[in-house]
Amino acid sequence: MEKTIRKYWPVFVLPTLLAFIIGFIWPFIWGIGLSFCQFTTVKNVTFVGFQNYIKIWADDTFVHAFWFSTAFTIVATALINVLGFLLALLLTRHVRGTNIFRTVYFMPNLIGGVVLGYIWNTLLNGVLTLLEKPLLQLNATYGFWGLVILMCWQQIGYMMIIYIAGLQNVPPDLVEAARIDGATARQVLFRVKIPMVMPSITICTFLTLTNSFKLFDQNLSLTAGEPAKLTQGLAYNIYDTFYARSGAQWKGIGQAKAVVFFLAVVIIALVQLRLTRSKEVQQ
Amino acid sequence: MENSQKTRRINNVISVILALTCVAYVYPIVLIFLNSLKSERAISTSRIFEMPNTETFTGVQNYVYGITSMNFLESFWYSLFISVSSVLLILLCCSMCAWYITRVHGKLSSGMYYLCVFSMVVPFQMVMFTLAKTADTLKLNNPYNICIIYLGFGAGLAVFMFTGFMKSMPVEIEEAAMIDGCNPLQIFFRVVCPILKPTMISTAILETMWVWNDYLLPTLVLDIKKYRTIPMAIQYFRGSYGKVEMGPMMACIMLTVLPVVIMYLICQKYIIEGVVAGAVKG
Repeated sequence: MEKTIRKYWPVFVLPTLLAFIIGFIWPFIWGIGLSFCQFTTVKNVTFVGFQNYIKIWADDTFVHAFWFSTAFTIVATALINVLGFLLALLLTRHVRGTNIFRTVYFMPNLIGGVVLGYIWNTLLNGVLTLLEKPLLQLNATYGFWGLVILMCWQQIGYMMIIYIAGLQNVPPDLVEAARIDGATARQVLFRVKIPMVMPSITICTFLTLTNSFKLFDQNLSLTAGEPAKLTQGLAYNIYDTFYARSGAQWKGIGQAKAVVFFLAVVIIALVQLRLTRSKEVQQ
Repeated sequence: MENSQKTRRINNVISVILALTCVAYVYPIVLIFLNSLKSERAISTSRIFEMPNTETFTGVQNYVYGITSMNFLESFWYSLFISVSSVLLILLCCSMCAWYITRVHGKLSSGMYYLCVFSMVVPFQMVMFTLAKTADTLKLNNPYNICIIYLGFGAGLAVFMFTGFMKSMPVEIEEAAMIDGCNPLQIFFRVVCPILKPTMISTAILETMWVWNDYLLPTLVLDIKKYRTIPMAIQYFRGSYGKVEMGPMMACIMLTVLPVVIMYLICQKYIIEGVVAGAVKG
């Protein structure tokens, strides 16, 4: 059978492969190439070697954005996963109204990042005015925490759903056996349930880590990097370098930033997967 | 007995706490809704929490203005068309590609598979500039064929999900169909597709959530003066005017959120299953 299908490869694989080359492979390779060049349009390109990569680190906004994204990723990942897991625990206790709660908590996920940003911009600025504090656009600390709140609101429901599925797969007899052996509720949680849902934890931390690090839409619409680019995450900083700065050198530097960004994402993903995978137990 | 009574009491307390959090969860959207009914003057940051009263209530005026001044219906059509066409194309092409990858072993298959996995990690900023240029050169820069770009960029997740499912599909059914005289295309559409339906739905949901809400890709690829999807329109509305007209803006946000929430309430079961399936495969 394999032979017959193999003959049909132009029908089965070619459309996807072509689109994949147009939409991903070619832009990716070209992008790496352009990161070594200075250019304003794609027709006017001069090779400059590693200069772009050196200039990145002289750009304060990039270094700041790097730390901003790192701090944001750590805080958001921790909060989202802890709160999501907590909600999942509460919602697997068969309390009244579980279905309604689940529906409501998941809902913000379906609303796009740009729209979410504006909703929260309105709400948070209202609250800050009420407290007679400076607006989001004027204070980087509030901007940071505003982004964290927004991300939590959006992502907790998603992670909760995954954790609920994980918790429901824990065999009840395991929990029962632990109870009979005299385990307290806390011991059941830390010694039985959490090790058993480790695969879910792997996935959720992976998703939240990469999502927070790659955050763009929410960043753009909630604070737009204000004040003075102090609330720019990495993704937004790259976009800003490409499209908002004038000067012949910036596009090349932007592309080089993108390559560094890409490498950072790959490293984070690999390290995270290795760390949590090693803690998973075999069923 | 006493123990179970205690559990019930704790559960009731939890219920109340969760219900309160739910209210807090819905509140931002309710706030936007209330403000979309108020007059411009009453939506300043200091008066945002006021309820609409007889003096400030404007009814649907903001909605009418919002729809007409930002061509909301046109944006809605573009968003709808792009989402539907892209998702259908992704489902068709990627499921076929995934079937080939699982059933045929060779360099093409394993190469495609690893590239797909790899593409899921790459951030969009890495390719955004060159992708926009490629799309321009190939004239893929209008809402009617941007789906090809989406197929290219969304293929990774879809192929990954389909192959994950197909690995567990018994090959015997397909062999039986082949002995009965089916060619590979017939096998795929008559035998594999029906089995694939649940995964199709999950993938469709994940991809729709992504395409419908995507902001950056259409902004860079489409001509913003001619074609605006809904996220682009909202952003454009904010950015282009000197002073943001808050009332119509809130009305448009409501109009964007409402269809999504309604869709969600109708096919909630599938959406949540889709998310779980996607996570397990991921």
